[in-house]
Amino acid sequence: MSALHPTPHPKERRIIFENISKPGYAADIDTYIANGGYESLKKAVTMKPSEIIDAVKAANLRGRGGAGFPCGTKWSFIKYDDGKPHYIVVNGDESEPGTFKDRYILHQDPHQLIEGLAISAFATNTRLAYIYIRCEFPHAAKIVWKAIQEAKARGFIGKNLLGSGFDLDIYVHQGAGAYICGEETALLESLEGKRAYPRIKPPYFPAVLGLYMKPTIVNNVETLCHVKHILRIGAAEYARMGTPGDGGTRTMCVSGDVMRPGIYEFPCGAVTIRELIFDVCGGLKPGRTLKAVIPGGSSAKIMRAGEVYKIKGKGPDGTMVDKDLPMLDVVMDASTLQSVGTMMGSAGVMVLDDSRDMVWALNNLNQFYAHESCGQCTPCREGSLWMSKMTTRMLDGGGRDKDPKTLQDIANNIAGRTICAFGEACSWPTQSFLAKFPEEFEKAARS
Amino acid sequence: MSGTAVTMVNVQVDGEWKQFPKGMRLIEACMQSGKFIPHYCYHPKLSSPGNCRMCLVELGMPKMTPDRKSVLGEDGRPELSWSPRPVISCATEVSEGMGVRTSSPLVEECRNGVMEFLLINHPLDCPICDKAGECRLQEFSVEFGKGESRLLEEKVKKPKRVDIGERIVLDDERCIMCSRCIRFMQEIAKDDVLGFLNRGSHTTLAVYPGKRLDSNYSLNTVDICPVGALTSKDFRFKMRVWFLKETKSIDVTCGTGSNIVISSRENIVRRITPRENDAVNSCWMPDSHRLNFHYLHSDDRLKEPAVRGLESPVAWKTALATAAEKLRGSRPEETAVIASARMTLEELFLVRRLAAALGVRNVDILPRPQKGDGFLVSDDGNPNTSGAKLLGLATGRLPEIAQAIEAGRVTKLVVLGEDAADCGISETALKSLDLLVAMGFLANKTTPHATVVLPSSAWAEKRGSMINVKGRLQRLNQAIQPPGQARDDWEILRDLIALLAGTNGLHSIEEVFRQVAAETPALQGLTLSRIGDLGIQL
Repeated sequence: MSALHPTPHPKERRIIFENISKPGYAADIDTYIANGGYESLKKAVTMKPSEIIDAVKAANLRGRGGAGFPCGTKWSFIKYDDGKPHYIVVNGDESEPGTFKDRYILHQDPHQLIEGLAISAFATNTRLAYIYIRCEFPHAAKIVWKAIQEAKARGFIGKNLLGSGFDLDIYVHQGAGAYICGEETALLESLEGKRAYPRIKPPYFPAVLGLYMKPTIVNNVETLCHVKHILRIGAAEYARMGTPGDGGTRTMCVSGDVMRPGIYEFPCGAVTIRELIFDVCGGLKPGRTLKAVIPGGSSAKIMRAGEVYKIKGKGPDGTMVDKDLPMLDVVMDASTLQSVGTMMGSAGVMVLDDSRDMVWALNNLNQFYAHESCGQCTPCREGSLWMSKMTTRMLDGGGRDKDPKTLQDIANNIAGRTICAFGEACSWPTQSFLAKFPEEFEKAARS
Repeated sequence: MSGTAVTMVNVQVDGEWKQFPKGMRLIEACMQSGKFIPHYCYHPKLSSPGNCRMCLVELGMPKMTPDRKSVLGEDGRPELSWSPRPVISCATEVSEGMGVRTSSPLVEECRNGVMEFLLINHPLDCPICDKAGECRLQEFSVEFGKGESRLLEEKVKKPKRVDIGERIVLDDERCIMCSRCIRFMQEIAKDDVLGFLNRGSHTTLAVYPGKRLDSNYSLNTVDICPVGALTSKDFRFKMRVWFLKETKSIDVTCGTGSNIVISSRENIVRRITPRENDAVNSCWMPDSHRLNFHYLHSDDRLKEPAVRGLESPVAWKTALATAAEKLRGSRPEETAVIASARMTLEELFLVRRLAAALGVRNVDILPRPQKGDGFLVSDDGNPNTSGAKLLGLATGRLPEIAQAIEAGRVTKLVVLGEDAADCGISETALKSLDLLVAMGFLANKTTPHATVVLPSSAWAEKRGSMINVKGRLQRLNQAIQPPGQARDDWEILRDLIALLAGTNGLHSIEEVFRQVAAETPALQGLTLSRIGDLGIQL
């Protein structure tokens, strides 16, 4: 059974996933070209590099890896003619729990990525690019390698691509199995053959001191695929699909207690949580009620069913007023989710129904983060394992009165104090689970 | 810094505006302002990895107007906008208009948090840990720790007593993963053998497969280890550090003259550690040099004066009188003096006086050329060749002297601080000498043949000065007393000279130095105390 429903929901608009799981569609270059492939690249090489960057900016494309940084702005940090080698590194280390969109692109439509990558390389004067694929996708690495060879043979990449005078080499690099490699500077260290420790920022911002200390762009797989479509359908049209701050479409991965988990693609801001769960994903399992949603990958703060958020919004007379926003009516877009205290992240939506024990669920996440903490800096290294040990003990009936408070303190002492965002990633679940489901933790503490 | 213009920037430290050179690390600016910032991974001579998170501070940047000008307050200083997120002061460089808070509630909270994290998996084995007393974790626990543990679970178990090198033992449970040792081996020793294994809380310091921490600089990692993870096999379990008396001195193993601290207790030297001096050895020293002290307490020490034919104990007076008696009136061409460039400037000065009193031209020191390592092991195995040269004692005449002794033309020999056997003089020749006066602190191949043996003091037992290969005048200081009847070299020489040439009015080492300075243009105006702890470049 495919993770992609054969018939798109009316709310959906499939651009990135257009060819995923399509009968008769293969990962080879002939299929790709027969479906209109590499036309955007042909167009790109007739444009000025700055025009391409302007288009990406005008399209309001935000990064799809989790942080949501505006893509065109990221590219414009690279000075076209600074005389230094530039690198583009594709982050294919998709490892945030609940996120499984890039794997479909890499496995089924690799040329979409290669085309987007070639366009971005042309726009930023980058002659060498790496596609970093997580160790757990060995098959994808082979498929992408093959696609690179095909594209090279047809002159879409390599020397003097499409007669443009521009050269581009692309290599696949396979990770060794660490979540931290999804953090862009850790990824760069790993690519350089070192232990994947995130770099301190400042000074090591990839755009300045990136791979081999040269200006580097690190983009998510899906993000680069969008670039192709921006040129294909035009920046204005693309931007119009989404919200003012978030253009185009956005893929979502829904997992957990819904009838139809899987991958979906919507125009940005097109669905609410209610629509996503009860309409698109076929609702909850029979007899179950909704308990919670983690909207943006495992590190996003959890939302409790039935919550009503106070947000600022425009009143009928145009002035800003406080509004009540019920949890189910929250629109799945970056700014709305941020305004209710969580995040769009990697759009890995995890749905939990009333059969779930929140201490168990948090312990599951804590064990993951304790296992994946790289161990470089103190708070995350020591705190992540400590939290995991505590929730394990609470689950085993060894809870103590002070546990919720101690858990809270540990998380507070990690968030905002670490080298990379892993600190937040591992403490936000604890902070939000405790805040949203205090009664379950108090109960476990009394056991 | 001289000659190059340094841009100074204004930085507000805890409310006070101060100036620092642009690019200085913020932690250094704070410390320079008297604000101590606790830290583990930061080390002034190493790169900043920013991993311990102990040096988090609050950072303010100037508020900017839309046209990128800083907003000035009533005092004409930039108004600051404070980041809610603390930053590491070790990897932040000072810049114009920056502000820092080093002791705000947030900063205190950060430190408390980091301390708790570092302690939850740290074994509380301070009672048997060599680092206790000079352990940063222990120190900062007192200042920033909680005094109780909230960890109810088991601590992480890691390897203990790991033999990672010839001279070093690793306890991984004590390690706080600051990576100082790793960076030292990469950046300073240039022998990249250390790294981390595993992940998260199970991160474990180790040597790479097939590698050992055997560099001649390995023990510096013990010095900079903020905890007791890396310990010196030589010092392990020998002494609680708080009992050690610390004496500032210099290493005499080679011409570098690395600055050292001699740690001793009850007249026994327990360890030597490097002392920071950026003009000489930075914070480091070679293992070969720091471990080169055990002979101070060997059974070969000369403890009593001896005169051939007299039953011991012989009084100093008798020994010196015998030597003077036999030297007096000897013909200059039949007499030679071999001194040592391991002697201090003061001692060598008195050697020159002795030679003058005897009218002897046959004077030299034993040179010790060797292959250095391009870093802190010098090409010169003598610590004071420059001093001997300055005093005109490095004459190069030693082969000639040895030949004359072998040929029987020189029949009276004074050997000071050296072994004649090392100078190309055979045992047969030594046996046939009419007079052999040997001054030194260790028995050697010369002493059995000596007419008079004058036991002197080793470098840790006396004061004085030396000039290193780069022309830096530095001081030795006395850490312990010489054993038995052994005396300070300069006193022995002074007394001998007095017997030969009359009183010379030298009553203290300071007076000797003053005499040296008076007779040596390069040392004009200097006194022993003016040399200071870090020495003076001549």
